[in-house]
Amino acid sequence: MNKITKISIVVFALSSMFVFSSCERDDEQNLDERNWQLVWSDEFDESKGSLPDSTNWNFELGNGDNGWGNAELQSYTNDTANIRMDGNGHLQIVAIKNGTSYTSARITTKGKFEQKLGRIEASIKLPYGPGIWPAFWMLGSNIDSVSWPACGEIDIMEYRGQQPDIVHGSLHGPGYSGGNPVTKSYGLTQGRFDTDFHLFAVEWDEEKIDFFVDDYLFQRVYSDDVSGDWVYNQPFYLLLNVAVGGNFVGFPTSDTPFPQTMTVDYVRVYNEIR
Amino acid sequence: MKTKRNITLNWLILAIFTAAFSISCERELDELKPVSYPIMPEVFIDDFSSGLNYAAFGGSVPTAFDVDKEVAYDNSEASMRFDVPDANDPAGAYAGGVFFTSVGRDLSVFDALTFYIKASQPATIDVLGFGNDLGESKFQTSINGVTVNTSWKKVIIPLPDPKKLTAERGMLFYSEGPENGLGYTFWIDEVKFEKLGTIAYPRFTIQNGNNDNQSSFVGVSMQISGLSSIFNMPNGIDQSVNISTAYFDFATSDETIATVDENGKVVIVGGPGTAKITASINGEEALGSLTIQSKGAFISAPTPISLPADVISIFSDAYPNIAVNYYNGYWAPYQTTQSADFEVNGDHILYYTNFNFVGIEFSSPTQDASSMTHLHLDVYVPSNLTSDAQFKLELVDFGTGGTGSYVTSIPAASSQQWVSFDIPLSSFSGLTNRAKLAQLIFSTTSTGFTGFYADNIYLYR
Repeated sequence: MNKITKISIVVFALSSMFVFSSCERDDEQNLDERNWQLVWSDEFDESKGSLPDSTNWNFELGNGDNGWGNAELQSYTNDTANIRMDGNGHLQIVAIKNGTSYTSARITTKGKFEQKLGRIEASIKLPYGPGIWPAFWMLGSNIDSVSWPACGEIDIMEYRGQQPDIVHGSLHGPGYSGGNPVTKSYGLTQGRFDTDFHLFAVEWDEEKIDFFVDDYLFQRVYSDDVSGDWVYNQPFYLLLNVAVGGNFVGFPTSDTPFPQTMTVDYVRVYNEIR
Repeated sequence: MKTKRNITLNWLILAIFTAAFSISCERELDELKPVSYPIMPEVFIDDFSSGLNYAAFGGSVPTAFDVDKEVAYDNSEASMRFDVPDANDPAGAYAGGVFFTSVGRDLSVFDALTFYIKASQPATIDVLGFGNDLGESKFQTSINGVTVNTSWKKVIIPLPDPKKLTAERGMLFYSEGPENGLGYTFWIDEVKFEKLGTIAYPRFTIQNGNNDNQSSFVGVSMQISGLSSIFNMPNGIDQSVNISTAYFDFATSDETIATVDENGKVVIVGGPGTAKITASINGEEALGSLTIQSKGAFISAPTPISLPADVISIFSDAYPNIAVNYYNGYWAPYQTTQSADFEVNGDHILYYTNFNFVGIEFSSPTQDASSMTHLHLDVYVPSNLTSDAQFKLELVDFGTGGTGSYVTSIPAASSQQWVSFDIPLSSFSGLTNRAKLAQLIFSTTSTGFTGFYADNIYLYR
């Protein structure tokens, strides 16, 4: 009798531990420890109403060819109505509706800061509404010589304003681009990406790229997972933009609230110290 | 072994009982909580959930609702079917009713009522909501103009403040009339309360979002109005939601000047002084406010001196009043005038706000004023007039007398005090006969003259 009791206590203790731990640590991941050293960042600490630091960022202006290749509707400007510091340590990119047309902003670090491998992250509060398409992404620096998609594209974060609880991480390269990228989605349970800041990141080494939301790994792509060439062995530059309408997102409706603001707390880039 | 085991089991039971008793013994009075109601998300999945009842609205087709075992969302067992009647259906003019429980449910852990809906044809459903319990319906919440078509779609109705919904009995209500005179059928299924977490940016207003000012007196009460709410739905689209006053937490900046109760009723209790009434829901400040400028004690209009036998009284506390159909006809479409009538210490006052024109009718029966000589009227303009205000009065005879008009003015210097008018009936030009007087109409062309109090309106000789 004694013996039986003892065993059942042990079993009970084990099962309660199991229940307890599975409740508490549902989404814990065991990832390799890696050491990161900050090599570049923009904290967007400039005064209210100023434009992004021109030593870090370029503007891309206008409507692009065929709506930047995606049938996007907006015209990009460098007007402080569309892009500015909020004076509280954030960059704001604002999509505005003017009658039947839209303005917004798109900035890149092309030629100013380019990065091969490492961890690239940004803390962002997203806009919302049907047809709103914000992105934090990278393009291969050799885009002018080999063109897209041979240069490669790393979409650290893309999002459709009509699905404010879901973000997407994708790779576009030769043989897997446009409507056929390597991609995966991450959804919040009982939450939205536009009501608070979230951390979007990739960790990129020679053999793979990991995609994170709030330090949760939701997609790992190895070099042999892609159907075409692995082109992520050269420097890439960073982009931040808010598009309105386009092939990925569909089009805004009369119900889409405007203006819509993407608020970026910081962009930081790290090298791995081995 | 078997016996031993039983003994141990008994000991265990005893131990549990002891534990239970010792807990209940230690419980103190102040630990007792209000009755808590069951948390039950399901309203109608494949059948009525526990304790759910149905009642049709008055004037609606009583048999409009039925459980349908043929059509259901996701091939489930059954759905709710609603047959909207054709226009002029003798059984009823519309389909409408309430699904309610006899015992309240605790909805405070949810943030939305959701269900799937489809119809036999594209249509726009007038009202869908919850919080109607056929009684007080304290937390009634609804959305209007829900478009439906022949495919199932999900409808989401936000819970404006879940914390307040701890004993809700109104699970679902609906009201829908014919589309272009023709009836049709719609189905609702998988009705349940959910915690979505994807409804954002609640925005609330009182006074239609305006910061209104109102001067008044001790003893006067008024109602906070212009309540609305907007939520951003899980698809990024803003949705207007009709919500009841009880969701709002009202506050006054100075309760020695004006108080406000949970129903938004404001009472001026002191002054002179200023109190600002604001509101919030679930900690979210509502846009808009009402600032009360209390002028202190109310000064009544002069007490009339005519003998009752010589008076036909339309509105006065000094005389018995004749039968009056209305003191504000809300004549569409051009009238803007609203009424905010009040009472101070038993003295009833008409208060016309947002004034352009307004009519008083006393046609049941009409009044024979042939023997009367004058119209008396006391007027008080609560705002500060910057120039003399034009004031036009018209008397209408429903017999052969026609309409007579008289134009006077209220001097700017007489604003914020009582002004008495004694107008000879012979001065109403165009009024040829007053045997069947039926209406008195006030109007103005002065834009600064936005409202007035009126008292002691009577005809006399």
